[in-house]
Amino acid sequence: MGLRGYLRVKELLTGNVAAAWGVRLADVDYVPAFPITPQTEIIETLSQWYDEGLMKGKFITMDSEHSMVTAAGAASAAGIRVFTATSSQGLLYAFEVLYTVAGWRVPLVMVNVSRALSSPITLEPDHNDILSARDCGFLQIHTETCQEVLDSILMSYRIAEDKRVSLPVLVNMDGYYLSFTREPVEIPDKEKVAEFLPAYRPSHAFFQASHPMAQGIAVLGGAIYSYFKYQMQIASMNALEVHKEAAEDFNNIFGRRYAAIEKYKMDDAEYVIVMSNAFATKGKSAVDQFRDKGYKIGLLRLRLVRPFPSEEITEALRGRRGVAVIDQNISIGSGGIFFTEIGALLCNETKRPVILSFVGGLGGKDISMVEFRKVLDDTITASNSGSVPGTQLLYTEGEWEQMKHLLEVAGKYAGQSQ
Amino acid sequence: MTSDTAKYKKLKDISRDEFILPGTTVCGGCGGLEALRLAHKVLGKNVIFVNAAGCFTLLAVFPYSPFKGSWLYTTMASAPAGAQGIRDAMDILIESGRLKPEEDLKVIVLAGDGATYDMALSATSGAIHRNLDFYYFCYDNEAYGNTGMQMSSASPYGATTTTSKPTNLFPAGTKHYKKDVFEIWRAHRPPYIATISPRHPVDLSEKFNRSMQFKGPKLFIALSPCPTGWHFDPSYSAKIARLAVETGVWALKESVYGEVKHTYIPKQLKPVDEYLSVQGRFNHLFTPLRQDKIIREIQEDINLYWDQHGKK
Repeated sequence: MGLRGYLRVKELLTGNVAAAWGVRLADVDYVPAFPITPQTEIIETLSQWYDEGLMKGKFITMDSEHSMVTAAGAASAAGIRVFTATSSQGLLYAFEVLYTVAGWRVPLVMVNVSRALSSPITLEPDHNDILSARDCGFLQIHTETCQEVLDSILMSYRIAEDKRVSLPVLVNMDGYYLSFTREPVEIPDKEKVAEFLPAYRPSHAFFQASHPMAQGIAVLGGAIYSYFKYQMQIASMNALEVHKEAAEDFNNIFGRRYAAIEKYKMDDAEYVIVMSNAFATKGKSAVDQFRDKGYKIGLLRLRLVRPFPSEEITEALRGRRGVAVIDQNISIGSGGIFFTEIGALLCNETKRPVILSFVGGLGGKDISMVEFRKVLDDTITASNSGSVPGTQLLYTEGEWEQMKHLLEVAGKYAGQSQ
Repeated sequence: MTSDTAKYKKLKDISRDEFILPGTTVCGGCGGLEALRLAHKVLGKNVIFVNAAGCFTLLAVFPYSPFKGSWLYTTMASAPAGAQGIRDAMDILIESGRLKPEEDLKVIVLAGDGATYDMALSATSGAIHRNLDFYYFCYDNEAYGNTGMQMSSASPYGATTTTSKPTNLFPAGTKHYKKDVFEIWRAHRPPYIATISPRHPVDLSEKFNRSMQFKGPKLFIALSPCPTGWHFDPSYSAKIARLAVETGVWALKESVYGEVKHTYIPKQLKPVDEYLSVQGRFNHLFTPLRQDKIIREIQEDINLYWDQHGKK
């Protein structure tokens, strides 16, 4: 055992470099890449490691994300371990191929570094990019810390390569807030990783001369199509159990435990805020401050988003007085995406909390204590009165004052009240 | 073109082995399938076709495939990128000892003109630029055939398609000239590019044979007479393929590292009328009134090409 094993030395890594370490430790054979902010540091790091011979296999720059995901999926279909990464517009540019590759049932692991979608074109995160891909068949793991990014990549290969699953995985981290933020990260020992994640030996998808195979072929007729889609649904649901097993092993080997959902100060909580990704850290800080003032409040962080851990979520929220879902995404014309999913889980419960919907943090907008206070107050009021407001769009007075000034500069402010 | 070193000099030299089984779903008289059948005889059995959306996507429909080799359907715009992934994966597997070299496959992109001339041009350019070791087989029937013959940038000036029908305002039907994808590919300087025809099987076979010595992108465009889309009886497929070459509409040529050679030069170009008048897609050029100006423009375009390439 090396020194690191005893001292658990941590290094200060950005989320992007932590992702690259996950890929390196997983002995990934092949990385087709295409640059896009804020993901680029991942592929720059990997490119360097392949060029220096620290990683074996091949790094290749493709001509677009559409090509990149096709090459990644095809290489995975040929039987090697593959990684790729993108963000935002890049994920949407590759959108068609996400469905295609998921249908190939190959164990590709991909990182999405969340960044809000154009237009207006911008840089900081929200989750409209990753959630646009929620229905395609890729599993989704949403992360809060740089350590979790690294660990989730190792867990993702383990889950994706399990025969009960055989589906690709998207690991999500927030651009800037995680991708460019250094946090202490423990880089696991290579031998321990090998114990957790054995070499990939494909049994389902590969190509060789002595064993011709037609993959991804057309089907005609709804009954055949439905059969294959139902197979994907069953495989994805299997991932709930496979994730649990992988998390158990991961904890035994590395001493860090990841559940499908994270329950923060939930034990006696009457009120629960639901959040995901890096902004959950802001939510936890708000919970701490409210706890200091005597409120029984906790936070549920969504981690495994596909498959959706319905039972765990329902179990965790049943019997609470009020639940506030803060969606860092917006389904224009509806509201928060997670709000509708969680509402659907709880609607058949007899001991059902009131469920409030808030949209915040779009394009990386802060969610301040003032806004968390509003979320808590509204949740308490609604749970007392039983009268629940519709989706609320979080925005502070200060932000509005600043926006008014910018509108004036643009010649577009005519004294509207909103 | 025959030379002393050529392996294919006459029809008898072509293998009798078949790698595409009969009874496929493509239309009777499909020129593209005939060209592919011939190409496959040269390439041998150890191949994987990486397919883009098009007519040939329906060759392999679950649970059947007419191919003895392997197949991967990708998307319309990214088959060359799929080829990249497979080629790289097989190289990595062989290099690391996880796959025996004899298990290797030739990687062949199989795409129509819609993918080749339009949608996948960027992915193709990328693959050529990266010097990907692959074959690209384009069956060019000069329109989006699988969706019912809409105009593509391979559609020739004067042809009817379902989105470029002749009208009083636009009597020619298709008003643009066919995109020169051969020259677009040639600008990338790949080791090998060729145009082929299913009715010049020796020329076709020798071109595939010659290309196999090169590592890198090897590109083939097969003019593919299409009874369904060009509106002629399937029994005319062979005749029309031949007329395309004899009238000079379809120049049989190759490019080796950018240097172009015509592999068959007709002694005397037949008038283009002979090619046009046997296809329903050019009917409007002959009836109810002969469109002299349009036919002349088509002929002049052909003459200009051959003037520039040493043939009167």
